[in-house]
Amino acid sequence: MKIGYFPGCSLHGTAPEYEASLKLVAKAADIELVEIEDWNCCGATAAHSMNRMLSIALPARNLAIAEKMGLEEVVVPCAACYSRLLFALNEFKLDEKVRMNLQPIIETEFKGNIKILNVLDFLEKYVMDALKNKVDDKFKKKAACYYGCLLVRPPKLTNSERWDDPLRMEAILKKIGIDSIDWSFKTECCGAGLSIARTDIVGKLSGKIIEDAKDRGADMIVTACPMCQSNLDMRRGAINNYLKKDNNIPAIFITQLIGLAFGYSEKDMQFDKLFVPISFSNNNFSNNNDNLKMQKSKVKEVKV
Amino acid sequence: MQNNMTEIAENPSKDTYYSNDLQKWGAEIKNKDISLKELVFNETGEKVSLCYQCGKCTAGCPLSDEMDIAPNTILRLLQIGSKEYDRKVLSSYTIWVCLSCETCMARCPKEVDLPAITDFLRSESIRRHLANRKANNIINFHKAFLHSIRGSGRLYEFGLVIGYKLRAKNLFQDVLLAPSMITHGKLKFIPAKVKNSSQIKEIFQKTINNNRGGK
Ligand code: SF4
Ligand code: SF4
Repeated sequence: MKIGYFPGCSLHGTAPEYEASLKLVAKAADIELVEIEDWNCCGATAAHSMNRMLSIALPARNLAIAEKMGLEEVVVPCAACYSRLLFALNEFKLDEKVRMNLQPIIETEFKGNIKILNVLDFLEKYVMDALKNKVDDKFKKKAACYYGCLLVRPPKLTNSERWDDPLRMEAILKKIGIDSIDWSFKTECCGAGLSIARTDIVGKLSGKIIEDAKDRGADMIVTACPMCQSNLDMRRGAINNYLKKDNNIPAIFITQLIGLAFGYSEKDMQFDKLFVPISFSNNNFSNNNDNLKMQKSKVKEVKV
Repeated sequence: MQNNMTEIAENPSKDTYYSNDLQKWGAEIKNKDISLKELVFNETGEKVSLCYQCGKCTAGCPLSDEMDIAPNTILRLLQIGSKEYDRKVLSSYTIWVCLSCETCMARCPKEVDLPAITDFLRSESIRRHLANRKANNIINFHKAFLHSIRGSGRLYEFGLVIGYKLRAKNLFQDVLLAPSMITHGKLKFIPAKVKNSSQIKEIFQKTINNNRGGK
């Protein structure tokens, strides 16, 4: 079965482990991900901060190409891209002025007959069934499932039922034997687009997320967005600065865990790309001393 | 180039690259004497009069303590609609530091789409040269980002950072943790490029260079 795939800049740039794990997970579930030809950046926060029509036209070009390729569904693993693509499609459907003006701008025909899936939609629809009997004892760890903003908000756009307290990742992880904690920060903002211009804000917002997860006994934070993951993982220096202590709880992509459950190795899932290391092999998880030492030196290396 | 960049870094509103016809728009505002809330309605379809000042937006906003004007107060100032308050809103730091996290909108009992209003206020504040100076870094980042994708269609992180540093005049801040990113294989030195990049340039030409920013 073939499904369209919009990687977005992050998966080809700062989050190669997300792309690698997603592709192998899809393969294990017998799904072929077909990349949208010659796709372009969705414009992210910068475009919608500066110009509304630009922020519709950039994602719409991608959707129009996908439509032309005969794809009915597109999976968009980055929550920020997902939100922008969904916004563009929604505006196209609801706003006549957009429908009238879009075509000459993107120079491609677009009918709006395409369905956009975020990574959770994709996993629920196409991977969940293949996860029968995949419970593994090595996964007896506590996860803090972190959704961030754009997978659930604005609810009007995402159609999410429990936007303040979603339980979708929890249900998926349960399938492979991972229990999740109940916590308060699953849909709080990580600081997202201010990562570079106001790193201190990311340190503060992400710091609160990390602290709550840790305080409630989580062993890891599980994410479904490359922006969230990079803020929680790569920005650990800024976070630890804010918290005034070293905090080594790892932040990992949900697809990396599911890949492991399918029998791929930690190398296949590119665990080495994570700044704060994590390993499930030989039952050493984060209790291993060497592992902890490595974390310390790594976290120190992260300058802000 | 360098001089130009320095000037822009100090006052990003001077960067006419993304908003030509400033004079034209300025003249139009004077002539029609239209208040900001009417403009917000025309350009976003949002009625600020719906807001009844319950304060839920501010209560849930993760950044309210970083802002100079609280989110609900932005709406109140717009409702009053005096020239002075319109100006205050457009020159606030609030509209730039807002993360578009959408919490305010999700919680608003009147479903006021404050993030959409904020988006429009940003482009309007640049157009009228009123952008808050404290927000220069944030604006420079947005511009460097758009500059990066305008050229190649995709984001090139390394190029983005160089562009941002030039604009922000801060060459030594290690904004991207570059050394550790390289060892983790997360920073590329060759930009990815859309084949049909002229199409992307056209999109910019026909949107950001050609309209007011809203609907
Ligand atoms: S939550 Fe809505 S109604 Fe309440 S103050 Fe904010 S914008 Fe106004
Ligand atoms: S969208 Fe902006 S104003 Fe609204 S809650 Fe988030 S940061 Fe605050």
